[in-house]
Amino acid sequence: MCLAVPGRVLEVEDRDGTRMATVDFGGVVKEVCLEYLPDLKPGEYAVVHVGFALQRLDEESARRTLELFETLGMLQEEFGDPWEAAAGEDGFERQVPDGTAGEVQR
Amino acid sequence: MKYIDEFQDPALAGRLIEEIRAAVTRPWALMEVCGGQTHSIIRHGIDQLLPPEIELIHGPGCPVCVTPLEVIDKALEIASRPGVIFCSFGDMLRVPGTGRDLFQVRGQGGDVRVVYSPLDALRIAEQNPDRQVVFFGIGFETTAPPNAMTVHQARRLGIRNFSLLVSHVRVPPAIEAIMGSPDCRVQGFLAAGHVCSVMGTEEYPGLAARHRVPIVVTGFEPLDILEGVRRTVLQLERGEHRVENAYPRAVPAEGNPAARAMLDDVFEVTDRAWRGIGTIPDSGWRLSGRYREYDAEHRFSVEGIDTREPAECRSGEVLQGLLKPHECEAFGTTCTPRSPLGATMVSSEGACAAYYLYRRLDLPATKPGARAQRTGAQNTESYDTAPRGTEPRSTRPQTADPQKTASLEGSSVV
Repeated sequence: MCLAVPGRVLEVEDRDGTRMATVDFGGVVKEVCLEYLPDLKPGEYAVVHVGFALQRLDEESARRTLELFETLGMLQEEFGDPWEAAAGEDGFERQVPDGTAGEVQR
Repeated sequence: MKYIDEFQDPALAGRLIEEIRAAVTRPWALMEVCGGQTHSIIRHGIDQLLPPEIELIHGPGCPVCVTPLEVIDKALEIASRPGVIFCSFGDMLRVPGTGRDLFQVRGQGGDVRVVYSPLDALRIAEQNPDRQVVFFGIGFETTAPPNAMTVHQARRLGIRNFSLLVSHVRVPPAIEAIMGSPDCRVQGFLAAGHVCSVMGTEEYPGLAARHRVPIVVTGFEPLDILEGVRRTVLQLERGEHRVENAYPRAVPAEGNPAARAMLDDVFEVTDRAWRGIGTIPDSGWRLSGRYREYDAEHRFSVEGIDTREPAECRSGEVLQGLLKPHECEAFGTTCTPRSPLGATMVSSEGACAAYYLYRRLDLPATKPGARAQRTGAQNTESYDTAPRGTEPRSTRPQTADPQKTASLEGSSVV
């Protein structure tokens, strides 16, 4: 959770007075707030943490870090279904209602 | 060299290791502060690639691990209330409170939801005006700015059914506390790169000078960590104690000024308890007076909870670098990721989880020279040798004989 993940900005827009972007994290696309890096542009890379862009990053560094985090299983941790993971840790089939983890993801 | 083929640039890794080897003349103990770095180190066997004189000590840099049991219990209490939607990052679901966790609260009917971003929790509040939406605001300097912005947005948008259960922590006071401990063996720090992405490096020169300790801002890739070690060792061998930035591609000296300004507006520095360590002065943030109405502890009455730490969990010593995970008697026996005694085994960034996950069966209990003063248990025979994923399921939680309520807090060195 404390680790930030690099992503590539796809689109930028102003929404209700807040600067937002869609960002691609190696195939997973998320909405990201740009209020802390307001001049970030499509095509640029940034270190993103819990939906907020925190620092710019060059493409090569971003690519390498994404590969590392995937190897460490940290992308799954960040973007996977935590209910499923928690149920799996208990050794039984998923017993929670569907949807909650996914409903806030777009 | 074992493991080195896994590196993205084995030749460069080899050169860095050779440079470190050539520079070292005596034992040095370095602490990597960040749990992400710990996982990278153990996954890639970096500690074993280094010359035996260099010991890497794992620091307290896992936000899930250091969140005190009392706060977890408050979260469980609030999440159980009717009319509450409790939102959290996924890695808090399995952290044991006194007798249960958030996953179990949800099984008992609590409306617990996992969000990717605190802004998602704010959106849920907007969509459910008749419910109270509480977000579990834990984490270091990397996580605090998003949470600060979310509270700021709540006020800007006039959303009043949203609040934050705050347990944010700050790294520099933790380093100060570790260095101030009489048991401290740490001689150099690899500072956490992403924390510095926000805060910059200006909090560190004073620390480095006061404690005469090199602090090198370090990233997470294996090569980043080797470079951080190389620079720290070079300083130590030369008798220097400076702040260096070995992660400049993500860390400008000033950090992120917009994020720091928002932190200053929404939060104020406060003393904060760290799980297993105890209270460290000025080591946390709480909502400032201007935002008190968004404080979940202010909105909900959650006092008087009977908090009970599992007596056999030694995560406090692990978090202070006084004990390696596999030196704990419970490690791999009564404490596994499926049946954790403490957060260091639960969290994806926890040191105990890293040792368990990557099956460090070949770890020596001590390294020659560097660990001469260690007196802790070295029961490597207790290490679970079953293949991953085959350990028998045990009934959770295994915390505790309620009579054994001795807390690690108070016995700490800080």
